[in-house]
Amino acid sequence: MTKQLVRAGKSQRVIPGFGLSMGITLFMLSVIILIPLASVLVYSFQLSPREFIELITKTNVVNAFKTSLLCSLFAAFVNSVFGLILAWVLVRYEFPGKRIMDGIIELPFALPTAVAGITLSKLYSDTGVMGGFLGLLGIKAAYTKVGLTIALIFIGIPFVVRSIQPVLETLDPRYEEAAAILGAGKFHTFRKVILPELGPALLTGFGLAFARGVGEYGSVIYISGNNARNQTQVVSYVIMQKLNYVDYPGATAIALVMLFLSFLVLLLVNMVQVHQAKRTSCL
Amino acid sequence: MRKRGKKRAAALVLMIMAAGILAGCAKQTDSGKDGTLTITNVSYDPTREFYQEYNKIFEDYYRDTYKNGITVVQSHGGSGGQARSVIEGAKADVVTLALAHDITMIEKSGLIDSGWIKEFEGNSSPYTSAIVFLVRKGNEKNIKDWSDLIKPGVEVITPDPKSSGGACWNFLAAWQYAKVSYQGDEEKMKAFVADLYKNVSVMDSGARGATTTFVEKGDVLIAWENEAINTVKEYPDQYEIITPSISILAEPSVAVVDENARKDGAEKASEEYLKYLYSDKAQRLIGEYGYRPSNKKILSEFSGKFDLNVNLCTIDDFGGWDAAYETFFADGGIFDEIYDN
Repeated sequence: MTKQLVRAGKSQRVIPGFGLSMGITLFMLSVIILIPLASVLVYSFQLSPREFIELITKTNVVNAFKTSLLCSLFAAFVNSVFGLILAWVLVRYEFPGKRIMDGIIELPFALPTAVAGITLSKLYSDTGVMGGFLGLLGIKAAYTKVGLTIALIFIGIPFVVRSIQPVLETLDPRYEEAAAILGAGKFHTFRKVILPELGPALLTGFGLAFARGVGEYGSVIYISGNNARNQTQVVSYVIMQKLNYVDYPGATAIALVMLFLSFLVLLLVNMVQVHQAKRTSCL
Repeated sequence: MRKRGKKRAAALVLMIMAAGILAGCAKQTDSGKDGTLTITNVSYDPTREFYQEYNKIFEDYYRDTYKNGITVVQSHGGSGGQARSVIEGAKADVVTLALAHDITMIEKSGLIDSGWIKEFEGNSSPYTSAIVFLVRKGNEKNIKDWSDLIKPGVEVITPDPKSSGGACWNFLAAWQYAKVSYQGDEEKMKAFVADLYKNVSVMDSGARGATTTFVEKGDVLIAWENEAINTVKEYPDQYEIITPSISILAEPSVAVVDENARKDGAEKASEEYLKYLYSDKAQRLIGEYGYRPSNKKILSEFSGKFDLNVNLCTIDDFGGWDAAYETFFADGGIFDEIYDN
């Protein structure tokens, strides 16, 4: 009886290999994601609820959450705007050196984050090239939230560009032509025709850049100055403080809250995405 | 259909269990023993160059004495992080870290037998250091002592004691100065260190990061003497060392990781490795690399290199590491009090 059912189920699938590939998927998911996450939970439960609350409501911890979330959100937003422009230029126009430019986008992925961090902090410190220039404008970059956000923009930009590029490549230019023929202005075409198509990809890029920024350590700690008073400590730094004194419960408790907050933001991004997909499919 | 769902759930559970078993199986197997013994020394950042040299002379000594080859593998990183990696299972036969507290943490995990600190001479510190100031050549801000660090406009660079064990010495040295200056008036002492840390513009997570930052900015770097000596050696026209009137004797500790050494059959060799650090030859090498030799006679040979007149307190003046950690650096301790407010 069961066998028949299974068979019936099997024969309904056109593409073979579901059982095996699903098995591998579940296995990888559990080994690589679920088990480590579960162990975070287990470790943080070593704290009593009171200790847990006390720890995560400490001024420096709360400030670190604020700093990490706000700077990452801001950086992801900036990346979305400029990533879109970058992707647009790389897909839509032909110019010499395009291939090289396309490759350069990925450098932040390839560079060890600590190297990026030290380079950026040197560049943006008062004696650095960029820092000196910004100093003339009265902006202190290195060792402030400005520098921190710059580092996050640096590591996040490839996510947005690489999410948008493939969608933009397959976007049929005839839509734009049609819009133009129907009398839509350039801005109108962009807002009503192109942006809705790119929306989901843009949101994915935003979400990825944000998630990466929230968890970033290497590139941030050198440029942020890690000053509790100036609120330039990020969550991963506070976690490292705990780890360096082998305080696993404390470190994982903070990580757990961070995980929860990031999950909320990503969920929100997803909901907007679903909402948008529904709207575009109605059109 | 429901049955299939169950089957799938069962498969999932099995997979998670399999993963758990796999993780459990990942036990380390012992390195091949083909006559030469290999021991691993897990140390912290600034000792890299010293141990490279020391390992050479120890390997020669060991071969001559025991007619048996030995290879020493070294590993370096931030002291706290290194201690953590040993606790988590990194193969270390000996640890040579920045402070006793890091080794005590390993002891608590059961890998090191208690009483390790008495195993070797001088609290198991074959070499010591002091906390000094590194300033830019010419010393424009005229920094001579701790009291100069709280002057307005002086930019101080020092790592975060909440993150780096080595940076705790910096704080304690400043505290000791305040204690002597204000005759133990705790409120005034707190105000002094609070003022000092108000002048700290960048607080890196470790000593190496702080040195990197100091290249860019700041008037004074509070540093370990050995690191300061090496920085000045590398950039003689850029920096100079100022020794304050009062400082602390930084005692980096060494210990055999008994549990690992026993497993490797390297107990004797590991002990020998640390013991040989006290030999005259090794002590001179220690001096050459900027650490203060624990042997008084050999230390005096280096009187041109180290300011031997500085008034040094020790960690015992703070009741030992555990007490100092609780009072100053644990959450809600004095450091939080003066820094977060």
